[in-house]
Amino acid sequence: MKERAGQLDRRELLLGFAGAGALGALAAVGRALAADKLVVGVIYVGPRDDYGYNQAQAQAAAAVKKMPGITVVEQEKVPETTDVQKTMGSMIEQDGATLLFPTSFGYFDPHILRMAEKYPKVRFAHCGGLWTNGKHPKNVGSYFGYIDECQYLNGVVAGHTTKTKKLGFIAAKPIPQVLRNINAFSMGARTVDPKITTQLIITGDWSLPVKEAEAANSLIDQGVDVVTCHVDSPKVVVETAERRGIFVCGYHADQSALAPKGYLTGAEWSWTTPYTTHVKDAMAGNPMNNFMRGGLKEGFVKAGAYGRAVGDQARKNADTIKAQMVKGDFVIFKGPLKDNAGNTVIAAGSAHKQTDVVLEQMNYLVEGVIGKV
Amino acid sequence: MASDRSGPWRRAAEALVIPIAALAAAMVVFGLFMAALGQNPLEIYALIYKGAFASAFSWQNTLSRAAPLVLTALCVALPAQAGLMVIGGEGAVVLGGLIAAIVGHLLSGAAPTGVKVAMVLAGMAIGGIWIALAGALRQYRGVNETISSLLLTYVAVALFNHFVEGPLRDPSSLNKPSTTYIGDVNMIGSLPGLDIHWGLAFGIGFCVAMHVLVRYTTYGFALRIVGGNPRAARLAGLPVTRLVLTVCGLGGAAAGLAGAVEVAAVHGSANASLIAGYGYAGIVVAFIARQNPLAIVPVAVLVGGLSASGGMLQRRLDLPDATVLVLQGIAFMLILGSEALYGRLKLFRARVA
Repeated sequence: MKERAGQLDRRELLLGFAGAGALGALAAVGRALAADKLVVGVIYVGPRDDYGYNQAQAQAAAAVKKMPGITVVEQEKVPETTDVQKTMGSMIEQDGATLLFPTSFGYFDPHILRMAEKYPKVRFAHCGGLWTNGKHPKNVGSYFGYIDECQYLNGVVAGHTTKTKKLGFIAAKPIPQVLRNINAFSMGARTVDPKITTQLIITGDWSLPVKEAEAANSLIDQGVDVVTCHVDSPKVVVETAERRGIFVCGYHADQSALAPKGYLTGAEWSWTTPYTTHVKDAMAGNPMNNFMRGGLKEGFVKAGAYGRAVGDQARKNADTIKAQMVKGDFVIFKGPLKDNAGNTVIAAGSAHKQTDVVLEQMNYLVEGVIGKV
Repeated sequence: MASDRSGPWRRAAEALVIPIAALAAAMVVFGLFMAALGQNPLEIYALIYKGAFASAFSWQNTLSRAAPLVLTALCVALPAQAGLMVIGGEGAVVLGGLIAAIVGHLLSGAAPTGVKVAMVLAGMAIGGIWIALAGALRQYRGVNETISSLLLTYVAVALFNHFVEGPLRDPSSLNKPSTTYIGDVNMIGSLPGLDIHWGLAFGIGFCVAMHVLVRYTTYGFALRIVGGNPRAARLAGLPVTRLVLTVCGLGGAAAGLAGAVEVAAVHGSANASLIAGYGYAGIVVAFIARQNPLAIVPVAVLVGGLSASGGMLQRRLDLPDATVLVLQGIAFMLILGSEALYGRLKLFRARVA
């Protein structure tokens, strides 16, 4: 024991010398970053290989990395506390970043708004639909996608595939964005057969792998044979479905590798579109595009490739609807539409296009969904 | 031994040199680990230093990460003086934040200073009551306080979510359920001239006050006797239950204050971002500090520094977040393991005449 302790002291001494030499290496790192034209910082709330929300963003970051004259610095698992403010600050102060993608929804208020005020020359592009003209600074922008289109297509494919006529949906929180996906999925399925029901389980938070697995198992025990979800990482749900031998539709990113047998298709983000727009604007010195939205038509979302379990009729049907969506003349939420308590939520004759802000206040579950908000 | 007047100094030197040597050893082990992965250890050390301590900015980064940990570590270290192992600080943090948001909203319109004081006091009160509950369960019902405080955290988080997503939800917080904003004038803000919120000052003040309380008052003396042997303390006529409940209350108040500051200085409302694991991170800090209130401050700064430099490693070397967890794990294992060296090194041993 004593001898080893003596050794520690010698090592400590050596470390002191090493530290002095390392300071030289530091300067070199700094220079390497400064040589590029634009440094882009990307911040993730979870691991960037989560097969979900963060991976979808990381894929766009990887695409940006390939553009000439761009350096991308990335940091993962950054909580929505002062930590993210300091992370943004570090990217600006220490890495020289002038365009940031802090990707978690919860980063916006107060964190991004605070840093945007402090660094008016830096651009902050946030995922979500929160930027409001007149209220928020011009060096902040929002980008978001109408992924309910892909959820509708998921529903169509699921509706063709199910034999028990029971679908399952595992959701994190009953907020408008999530309800819109649940409703679109259920409505897509019911175009195939109006008898189809969607059993909903709400887990309560964005990343609760144990609860998500329990929810998937319990749905399967109730006879559900196609399941999908809206949580940060669908990995557990997809794997559980595959293990139990049922079908699954993906969300956020491509999870087909996790379920080669049961994966039908998926609702995926295509963030490369808004990322490259922001990067090009920043490089050219154009004013920031503060509000970017799009669906299949604009290339903000994409439908995953069909798995081998998807039948011909399902493909044909889904492809037809997709073609209409790409053209821009398909409306998902139109009257007459009833919620699952029988109340009319959209009157006959009225239709809400994707851009309609009414859809962003959605607080109901449509007919066919079993569950409560 | 009593004749050796250098005794206290030797003990102080021992308490400094052993953990620092353990930390240095951890850096060497981590360097070897990184070298095995093909990274240059010198570059890693340089980045850790740069990320955590090299500039005014990195110091502020480190300190602002340390601030909540100082307070949540007290929630472990104070009950530990009386021999209790409380690990449920997270529950006191979230409830402290919730009550601060409620008070801030209810009183908005009153004099801002009063609102701020009320938010902070309310947070401390609810945190204190929550942890005292774990103490009471042990004193009156014989329930193990480690388990009960942990389980009470789940109850606290469930209550928090219920109120934030239900009765207290601001209807305009569509996709991120939150309570109503307390208003700009009621925000506590940063320390003058710094980009660090007031939580740091509160934390350091709290630690110093608790050090004085534990070391230099009869209350503290009684507390340590309870910690040493509760039965002997009871036989000596000490009010054991009262001591346990008050010290749990003090610890809980520290954690509740951390939550209140998160709302009053950072978020402006209570929402799920508040459940960030500060309570759990505080457990490690308290153990490394050997439950010494004063030692909590440097240890929290160390942990904050490692977290700040972890970002630097990720960004510069494209390493995953787990890298800094590896370093933390090695450092904490060695520091905790080095406790076995206390009293064994000749250099620090008291000379017996």
